[in-house]
Amino acid sequence: MAKEMLSVNNLSISFGGLRAVDEFNLTINEGELYGLIGPNGAGKTTVFNLLTGVYKPDVGIIKLDGKDITGQPTIAINKEGIARTFQNIRLFSDMSVLDNVKVGLHNRFEYSTLSAVLRLPKYFKVEKEMNEKAMELLKVFDLDKEADLKASQLPYGKQRKLEIARALATDPKLLLLDEPAAGMNPNETKELMETISFIRKNFNLTILLIEHDMKLVSGICERLTVLNFGRVLCEGPTSEVLNNPEVITAYLGE
Amino acid sequence: MKTLINKFNSDKTFKQNTITYAIVIVAYILCQSLILGGVMSNSMKGLLIQFCYYIIMAVSLNLTVGILGELSLGHAGFMCIGAFTGAILYKTLGEVLTFKPLLLLICIVAGALLAGLFGFLIGIPVLRLKGDYLAIVTLAFGEIIKNVCAAVFLGKDSKGFHISLKDQAALNLEDSGEMIIKGPLGITGLSFTVSFTACVILVLITLIIVLNLVNSRTGRAVMAIRDNRIAAEATGINVTKYKMLAFTISAALAGVAGVLYASSLSTLASSSKNFGYNMSIMILVYVVLGGIGNIRGSVIATVILVLLPEKLRFLSNYRMLIYAVVLIAMMLINWSPSARAKRDVLLSKINIFKKKTDEKEVQ
Repeated sequence: MAKEMLSVNNLSISFGGLRAVDEFNLTINEGELYGLIGPNGAGKTTVFNLLTGVYKPDVGIIKLDGKDITGQPTIAINKEGIARTFQNIRLFSDMSVLDNVKVGLHNRFEYSTLSAVLRLPKYFKVEKEMNEKAMELLKVFDLDKEADLKASQLPYGKQRKLEIARALATDPKLLLLDEPAAGMNPNETKELMETISFIRKNFNLTILLIEHDMKLVSGICERLTVLNFGRVLCEGPTSEVLNNPEVITAYLGE
Repeated sequence: MKTLINKFNSDKTFKQNTITYAIVIVAYILCQSLILGGVMSNSMKGLLIQFCYYIIMAVSLNLTVGILGELSLGHAGFMCIGAFTGAILYKTLGEVLTFKPLLLLICIVAGALLAGLFGFLIGIPVLRLKGDYLAIVTLAFGEIIKNVCAAVFLGKDSKGFHISLKDQAALNLEDSGEMIIKGPLGITGLSFTVSFTACVILVLITLIIVLNLVNSRTGRAVMAIRDNRIAAEATGINVTKYKMLAFTISAALAGVAGVLYASSLSTLASSSKNFGYNMSIMILVYVVLGGIGNIRGSVIATVILVLLPEKLRFLSNYRMLIYAVVLIAMMLINWSPSARAKRDVLLSKINIFKKKTDEKEVQ
C-alpha cells in the first residue's frame, strides 16, 4: 500500500454559529494528485486555511507524512512541507519576479543579516546559488525572460504560474493549489494541466487542488472529494464521483 | 576595474546603488571645493551638517515607511534618544577622553544602540498594530519620549549619578556635583566639533547599511511582508522577526542622526520644536516627496527641502506660505500620474539616446 502523505481526521471549525467545516476526513497518498471540489461557499478554501494553520481547528487531527501538525503556526507548517497558492493571487507585487521566487527560497539558503550588510563573501556565494536555483524554477514555468519585471506587470496567467513557482521554491512535500485555473482561457488551462503534471513528476510532489474547471479536474485528478455545506458529500476515483447523482444535484440543484 | 565596469552594466541594483553613492560623494567634493575656494557663505556652511542628519533621518524613516511599509509618526523620538545619549556621554566622558574622534565614535555607537533598544522595546507592542493604528501609537510614543526627556533631571557627583523627575533640589547633589540634564533647560555647555567630512562618512555608512539590507535575503523578507503578509507567512517568512529587525535598525539609524544633531548645538533641550511630531512629519514629507521606498529619492528630496526655506528667506513673512506652495507643486509634478506621463514624454524628446532605443524596441 502507498504511504499516506496527508491524513485528516474529523476536522471541524465554526465561525460564530456557522459550521464552516464539519467532520472533514481526507487521506492522500504520496505522489497522488487529489481534487477537492464543491459548490461556492462549501468550505474548500477554509479546509486549505486549516491545513496551512491560518485557522486553528476546533477539533480534529491533521497529519503530514505521519507527523501531527494540528494547530501549528503557518510558518512551522510551511517548514514541515506544505506550500500553497491562493484563490485571489497573493504575489509580492512590488518585487521582481525573480525576487518573488527568492523569497520562497528564504529558508533553504541562509546567511546572516550582518554578512548581507557587510557584503561578506558568503553573501555573494549564497546569492549566486539562490539566483541559479530561482532561474531554474522560473524556466520550468517559462518565466525566465520576465525575471526582472515587477510581479504586478505580469499578465494574469503568468501571475498564477509565478505563485506556483514561489510555492515550489519552499521545497514542499505537499502542494495545495487553490483554483489554479481560475480566470484562464482554455489554452492557458491546457498548458497549466501539463505544467502541473510535469512538476508533480519532477519535484516528487503530492498535490491537492481546489478547482471549478471540470475539464481540468477530470483531466488530471486521480481521486476527488466533494464538499457541500462543510461536509464531505462523497469521495472516490474521479470518474465515479463525477457521475454520482448526489454530486450532480449539489452542483446543478434539483 | 574592468570587472567592476562589467558588473556596473550587468547588475542593475549594483548600478543603482553606485549612482546613489556617487551622488553623495560628488556633492561632498563640490561642497569641499566651494569651502576651500572661499565661495561658500557662512549660512550655507551651517546647513551642511543639517543636510547630513536630515538625510540619515529620511533614509532611516524610509526603511520603516517604504521598505517595511508601516507608517511611523514617531521617528523624531528615536532621534531624541540618540541626541540625549550622545550629549550625556559627551558631558561625562569629555574630561576623561581627550581624543575627540574616539569620543564622537563612542557617542554615535551608544546613541545608535540605545535608540535601537528603544525601537525594539516600542516595536513589541506597536508592530502588532496595522496602518492608521500603528501610526497613531508611534506618534504617542514619540511624544512620550520627547516629554520624558524634557522632564528629567540628571546630575553626577562622587557617589555616582542621581536622577529625578521632580526638580534639581531632589537630586541631593554634593557641592562638587555637576548637573547634566536640567529638566526643560536640557543639557548645556556642549562643544562637540564634528567635521562635515565625518558627517558625510556617516551618511554613506547609513546608505550602505540600508541599501545592502534591502538587496539581501533579509530585505526581501521585509518587503515580502510589506507586499502581502499572509503570503509571506505561507512562504515561511517569520513576520514578527523581520518587522522587528527593520524597525530596530531604522530606530538605531535615527539615533545616529540624533547624535549628529546634538553635536551641532551648544544647548540640547527637548521641546516640541525639535523632537515633536512636527519633526516626524517633516521627515515624512522628505520621504514622500523623494518617493516611498526610494532611498536615493529621500537623499535628494531632503537636500532640496532643507535648502528651500533658507533660500526663501528674502520673502520674509511670506516664506512659509511660498514654501508650502512650492511643496504642493513639487508633489504634484513628481507624483501625479498625468504630470509624470507628460514629464516622460518631455524627457524622451530631450534624450535622443532613449528615443532611439525606444524605436528599436518597437521595430
